[in-house]
Amino acid sequence: MSGRTPPLEAVAAWALALLWLAPILFAFWAAIHPPEYLTKFDVTAPLTLVNFERAFAAAPFAQYMLNTAILVTGILAAQFVLCTLAAYAFARYEFRGAGVLFSLILVQLMVAPEVLMVENYATIAKLGLVDSLAGVAAPYVASAFGIFLLRQTFRQVPKALEEAAVIEGASTMQVLLRVYVPLAKPVYVAYGLVSVSFHWNNFLWPLVVTSSETTRPVTVGLQVFASVDQGVDWAVISAAALATSAPLLIGFLLFQRAFVQSFMRAGIR
Amino acid sequence: MKRRALIPYLLLAPGFVLLAAFTHWPTILSFWSSLFTTARGRRPSVFVGGENYAAALSDPIVLKVLWNSALYAAVTIPASIALAFVMALWVNDRLPGRGFARLAYFTPTILPMVAAANIWLFFYTPGFGLLDQVLGLFGIPSTNWLGSDQSALWAVMVVAVWKEAGFFMIFYLAAFQAVPPSLGEAARLEGCGRWGYVRRVLIPLVAPTTLFIAVNALINAFRVVDHIFILTGGGPNNATNLLLFHIYETGFKFWDTAGAATLTMILLAILGALAAVQFFLLERRTHYR
Repeated sequence: MSGRTPPLEAVAAWALALLWLAPILFAFWAAIHPPEYLTKFDVTAPLTLVNFERAFAAAPFAQYMLNTAILVTGILAAQFVLCTLAAYAFARYEFRGAGVLFSLILVQLMVAPEVLMVENYATIAKLGLVDSLAGVAAPYVASAFGIFLLRQTFRQVPKALEEAAVIEGASTMQVLLRVYVPLAKPVYVAYGLVSVSFHWNNFLWPLVVTSSETTRPVTVGLQVFASVDQGVDWAVISAAALATSAPLLIGFLLFQRAFVQSFMRAGIR
Repeated sequence: MKRRALIPYLLLAPGFVLLAAFTHWPTILSFWSSLFTTARGRRPSVFVGGENYAAALSDPIVLKVLWNSALYAAVTIPASIALAFVMALWVNDRLPGRGFARLAYFTPTILPMVAAANIWLFFYTPGFGLLDQVLGLFGIPSTNWLGSDQSALWAVMVVAVWKEAGFFMIFYLAAFQAVPPSLGEAARLEGCGRWGYVRRVLIPLVAPTTLFIAVNALINAFRVVDHIFILTGGGPNNATNLLLFHIYETGFKFWDTAGAATLTMILLAILGALAAVQFFLLERRTHYR
């Protein structure tokens, strides 16, 4: 009812907010102070970047970040192309088997590629893509979610616009690229943000496929780094954990509204 | 066939071929290999029909894993949905500092689960983790939250709820913003208190959103096991072993492809049953209208 919050509830809301941030703040504290202040919360504790330096010296995080950046851009570009083409077919053509094909595509919403990782790994191995970024990307580029989202959007484009373009002599591809794609721009932005956050964070399938420093994304790199005998150097692990999430976190803090609206738009089907 | 009739198939082909290669084809392959034994050394793979299923369903570890997964879903889904609802309610109100609260609730969603789990691992560390330090102030002795059979799965569930609630909050927030303000005013005029309004007006109104979130939460509950790798590795004594994690272990640590295929089919059966239930619920909802 969007009224003023009762004071007791406001206190609860604030307490929950602090509780929700506590693990992150704790990690942040550990990352920017010398290890001896790990659990000594003293405002006069000296600040330092040495934990980040040690994390980056101990494991090739710069390389991992680059791998992830290449991976998410590659996936997104391929998704845009494949999903646009497929969505256009479903939105604007009547063809035999359209209903069945569409339902078959929607199966992927329930059965993500990592659920079938054992067989998918065998497929990737047959294609010779083990330990390559292409192998990590392949199962995700044809995204049922992307096809679904763009199909809904294309359907709302007035047919008259398309007819006008056809009368002017535009080909099928020109109609798609000049009429449909520009009108769907906000949906591409929303889908792009969701896809980038998802694949930046994705872990299980990349863990299965990659095995070397030149292909590992940051999530797998962080797991390898944290599990291979770092002892209990929490300051360094916290620094690494925050550094690997930093690009997304900073992006989110800067473009909070765009992020939240994108997740909303992409979620409401 | 006219040339134009071919166009939709051509548009569809690249996406569909890839999707089929990584969704439908492996499903069929999984079923096929679940009917055979795993080839080991000089022993070739032989057809055994349903024996792998019988073996899996009488394996105490598999039963434990299935129980864990069910408990994990049954606890984390309602907990994160309820929290998301309350968070959205607060953030939608004229709460002082609501921008900050929204930021705080949503931030865990942005973090990679692997990074979040590492942070929680530190949080849970016996002795000097923040949790033990805070509890120490109240005289509660140091506890190995992730190391004990009784608490490990619960500790893992807390992380999952923490990570997901803010994500689901967004959908409730969108739903609340679509509720006409006149409804709130009418409720006030009728002398309906805040709680009455939430219970009698808001909850029924956003029921479709709740269903949508529940479906997402269900899929995630069976699909996201990243934190298990970091926090517990499925231990102690499989206390935190979830179905997809066990599929990973069986396939890539024990190299038992037939066993992994069998478990994959069990997981697909669960997901399929859930899809059927969801379809049924959606159908019923449309009949109401």
